[in-house]
Amino acid sequence: MSRSETLEPVGGPLWTRPMQVLTALFLAGIAVTLYRFVMGIGAIANLNDGYAWGAWKPISVIVFTSMASGGYATALLLYVFNRRKYAAVSRTAILTSALGYTTGVIVLGIDIGRPWNFWRIVNPGWWNFHSVLLEVAVCISTYIIFLWLEMAHPLLEGAGQSGQWSFRELARRLTPALDSAYPFIVAMAIVLPTMHQSSLGSLFLLAGVRVHPFWQTPLVPLLFLFSCYVMGYAFVVLTSLLSSLAWRRPLEMEALTSLSRVMSSIVAAFVLVRLGDLAWRGQLTRLSVDGWSLLFYAELLLLAVPAVLSFGLDRHASPQKLFLLAASTLLGGSLYRLDTSLVAFMPGAQWRYFPSVLEMLVTIGFAALAVMGYIAIVKRFPILPGVRHAGAHA
Amino acid sequence: MVRISRRTAIKSALFGGAVAVGATTASATESVEPPADARGLLYDATLCIGCKACVTACKDANGLPADTAGPHGLWDRPDDLNAKTKNIIKLYRSGDTTSFVKRQCMHCVDPACVGACMMGALKKREYGIVSWDGSKCVGCRYCQIACPYNIPKFEWEMAGFYNPKIVKCELCRHRLAEGRDPACTEVCPRHAVIYGTREELLKEAHRRIAANPTLYQPNVYGEHDGGGTQVLYLSHVPFDKLGLPALGGESAAATTRKVQGTIYKGFVAPVALYGVLATIVSRNQRRAGEEGERS
Repeated sequence: MSRSETLEPVGGPLWTRPMQVLTALFLAGIAVTLYRFVMGIGAIANLNDGYAWGAWKPISVIVFTSMASGGYATALLLYVFNRRKYAAVSRTAILTSALGYTTGVIVLGIDIGRPWNFWRIVNPGWWNFHSVLLEVAVCISTYIIFLWLEMAHPLLEGAGQSGQWSFRELARRLTPALDSAYPFIVAMAIVLPTMHQSSLGSLFLLAGVRVHPFWQTPLVPLLFLFSCYVMGYAFVVLTSLLSSLAWRRPLEMEALTSLSRVMSSIVAAFVLVRLGDLAWRGQLTRLSVDGWSLLFYAELLLLAVPAVLSFGLDRHASPQKLFLLAASTLLGGSLYRLDTSLVAFMPGAQWRYFPSVLEMLVTIGFAALAVMGYIAIVKRFPILPGVRHAGAHA
Repeated sequence: MVRISRRTAIKSALFGGAVAVGATTASATESVEPPADARGLLYDATLCIGCKACVTACKDANGLPADTAGPHGLWDRPDDLNAKTKNIIKLYRSGDTTSFVKRQCMHCVDPACVGACMMGALKKREYGIVSWDGSKCVGCRYCQIACPYNIPKFEWEMAGFYNPKIVKCELCRHRLAEGRDPACTEVCPRHAVIYGTREELLKEAHRRIAANPTLYQPNVYGEHDGGGTQVLYLSHVPFDKLGLPALGGESAAATTRKVQGTIYKGFVAPVALYGVLATIVSRNQRRAGEEGERS
């Protein structure tokens, strides 16, 4: 935490125009949610007995928590591989993770049809240890606690800087305990997502022949793990660049360029495993120009092209270039996850699904809540590097 | 347990200990045999005349409402299995070849829905019947994603007092408890669907094939398909034409247990990973702190 003096709140008013737009989206999402709890899921969603999972699980949980894996993916570099330069983006990463996971789990609570029975999950005696979804649910819920424990330090620090004596006192008392526990919190905040991000892929093993063979593979846990790293890094790069742009902060080019290079190495591994897996299962020769093949090519191009370009990145890379590479990677990773969990799911020809506007309003509304949380916390707490940033290389 | 240094061991134990106990008791990954008391149905498509008496009897026996979605809204006329219909007769036609097919829960030997279910709402209970316990169901609908036959249905349209249920054939277990057979088998005028132990039914199915090998497909669907089912099918047309998918011999539940079981065997890997990580992160933090003080 020796660097935290260079991190400071952005400051400025909270109730800005973007916040008003986000609030409107969030309120719309809340209104739909209330309607859903009175009238039932069928009243607002296009979900059906063929496509029982749609926008909420595949997008809000499977894709969004993968974007929110920046905290996990960055912690690996910063704390395990001891690359201290990533401290510059570490808090941004953890904050996006905490917000992305928290809102994802809220949407999960809206998606489940009999939420009043969910409390039973607190008793391991009632668990079905073979259920991959149970593992995912337990891990994600626990992980959220650890994400906010990771966030406690900057939040306390911000509280300590505030004028109120009680907050200062709270920060003074809790911070040392938190610091000594920090390695154990971090280790937990790495183990838990390693488990559930891979298991989010394993969920679809059980669907067997109902998932198209381009996406149905015993290696799906590994591919999901890789995809959460690349999407996590890509999302940190995008968030950091956009934050610097929005609040006129110095660009963290050194950390972001390195991050992009790490990202491209993992994309390379992902692509190799993906192609090797298809070859091994005899699917490579089935690639042609049909819809399934085109989806596969789209994933591959969105990921591989920026990866190849990122290998050549040097210190003089432009922020625009980093942005485009990360955006393409994020799209490619998202498409892979959406394909596995929804598009390549084949319940039968008589079933159709495309999310309804109201369904998407829930997904968008809670994503808006996450963005609002990010803006508000960044403005009031020391998350982003301060303007006097020149000392960061010391 | 893997040996882990110092206090990390304590922390690791806190995390993994309780879970590991449960995980090891459920680590069997080998293929599952049918339960000793397995009961089921044998449906013979060559005998069925498509009268749908079984559809009506099923609705009566299970207190299911009519599905009047068709034109005029006068008759019970479900398109497919749904939250109001646990049993249905469908028609396959191609040129001169026709066949009826009765669809309902297959009561798999190793069901994907049971593997999916988070807290055991769906479970193989008495007679190997896959039954639903609403007090344990959170409505996640993973069973619907998992089932290769697309059987479990959800009450999407429930309005008012909102208590949506998972609806599927439970082999009339309430009637079995009273010593009566499943309603569909009782009313069938051609005995196209019969009830019995899985063993008896398999024997009968093979007897019919042997007696009339030119009429029947050579195999009994459900004997081995997808790890086997307790509802068995005989047919004169290929089974995939009747909507019964080619699943191979291994159940998807077994495949999943193999993959997840390899990763999580005895919960050793996550606990060991935690121990290693906690050690490395502590050391790195300490070094970073020392460097920070020097600079």
